[in-house]
Amino acid sequence: MTEPPIAPVLRPFEGLGRWVIAIVESLGRFGAFFVQALTAAVTPPFKLWPLMGRINYIGFRSLLIILLTGAFTGMVLGLQIFFTLSRFGSEAFLGPAVALTIIRELGPVLSALMVTGRAGSALTAELGIMRITEQIDALTVMALSPMRYLVAPSLLAGLITFPLMTALFDVIGIFGGYLVGVQLLGLSEGTYFGEMQNFVDMGDIMTGFWKSISFGILVTWVCTYKGFHVSRGAEGVAQATTQAVVLSSVLILVWDYFLGSVLP
Amino acid sequence: MIKVSGLRKSFRGQPVLRGVDLEVPDGSITIIIGRSGGGKSVFLKHLLGLLHPDSGRIEVDGVDVTGLRGRALDEVRKRYGVVFQGGALFDSMTCQENVAFPLREKLRLTAAEIARRTDAALDQVGLAGVGDKYPEEVSGGMRKRVAIARALATEPEIVFFDEPTTGLDPVLVNTIHHLILDLHRRLRFTALMVSHEIPEIFEIADRVGMLHDGRILEVGPPATIQSSQNETVRQFIRGEPDTRA
Repeated sequence: MTEPPIAPVLRPFEGLGRWVIAIVESLGRFGAFFVQALTAAVTPPFKLWPLMGRINYIGFRSLLIILLTGAFTGMVLGLQIFFTLSRFGSEAFLGPAVALTIIRELGPVLSALMVTGRAGSALTAELGIMRITEQIDALTVMALSPMRYLVAPSLLAGLITFPLMTALFDVIGIFGGYLVGVQLLGLSEGTYFGEMQNFVDMGDIMTGFWKSISFGILVTWVCTYKGFHVSRGAEGVAQATTQAVVLSSVLILVWDYFLGSVLP
Repeated sequence: MIKVSGLRKSFRGQPVLRGVDLEVPDGSITIIIGRSGGGKSVFLKHLLGLLHPDSGRIEVDGVDVTGLRGRALDEVRKRYGVVFQGGALFDSMTCQENVAFPLREKLRLTAAEIARRTDAALDQVGLAGVGDKYPEEVSGGMRKRVAIARALATEPEIVFFDEPTTGLDPVLVNTIHHLILDLHRRLRFTALMVSHEIPEIFEIADRVGMLHDGRILEVGPPATIQSSQNETVRQFIRGEPDTRA
């Protein structure tokens, strides 16, 4: 049975309706993908070697970029905050200011953005190429779950490596601030670390920890989803990689704001 | 036996399969021919459970597999071996690791047994000693042979070949065809191949089916197809230009 024609005045609403349905369907697929990946991650048989490979790929190989960005972020913060605080004669608070900014905000956010650019994009491209060269289909017809072999290890690796890399970023960043504030600008070492001990508590560290865990899941989820659903050859891979990086980066910032509002 | 009846599939309202009927007898080599874009790969993906039909039925040894999903479908797939068009070898693994992969992951074998069967599989496709190379380091013909070795390593009952000779020169086409024929004689699997290597496929097929416009136009022994009176079949076999294309 054919549908009756829609009055011209209602056509914009029809278009809007189709768009909303497409968005809802797409979100549904995105959510279902996560549930499938999570199920594969928590049910045996567990694939230890693929997980180790992903930890190496996402975590270990991102160490250099985390060290570099952590150090320079801390140094920039040390410099800028020192001059701001010196206007009010409050240079003594440089240590806690640098530490709180890095531990609560910049550590988790910047390390997540850096790993997205380095490992997330590669993750999408790798899965995308496996899709267009039928390697994912080959796994499927071998009766072996691509979710278990390709997606779940990435998700778990994100969960494990993001907090570790954030911790590393935090430590290096705080020492970057120390280099500038103490070694370069002459603040006393005791003041820098002593005030930090007074003002930074476990709640601040846990805020950064929960953020990094959620970013780890978010980035690997988005990047594997985009790679897994690539179509249209090399152009499709390029498009999916760009979308994965942009979407992950935006979601990191949005989710950071949300968690910053909710967490103590 | 694989029995397909009334298989239909449309993408965005565009019909690709319009009621495919086909029987693949046990132990035979059945080859589906047809023009590019005629739905051959879509048809094969339905048999592998990678696509699901809008309507119709696929039976494997009398069991309806059309509606199967998840583990039930995987149980059927354990009987399959598949050679993909581009080989679909895992590029992060060496050729040897590619062949060993399904043995290691699908069967409960010792490391020694996996190594023995991997070597045997590579040996029977004439690739003994090149297993430590990565797929990108070997030629197109060798990649196809590794893909065949991987598909046959688990000794499947049914093997699907998706245009296994695409992109190869005529000598390699014949080499691969005769390799498939030789392996089939030794291992007695049921083979379903999608190809448009005319006339080479007539030398190895037990049955040939012509898929055109989403339907099987004609199916039968090679001699019957070669002497077909159907204009479309004749035109395809002779490679005559289509003035409407």
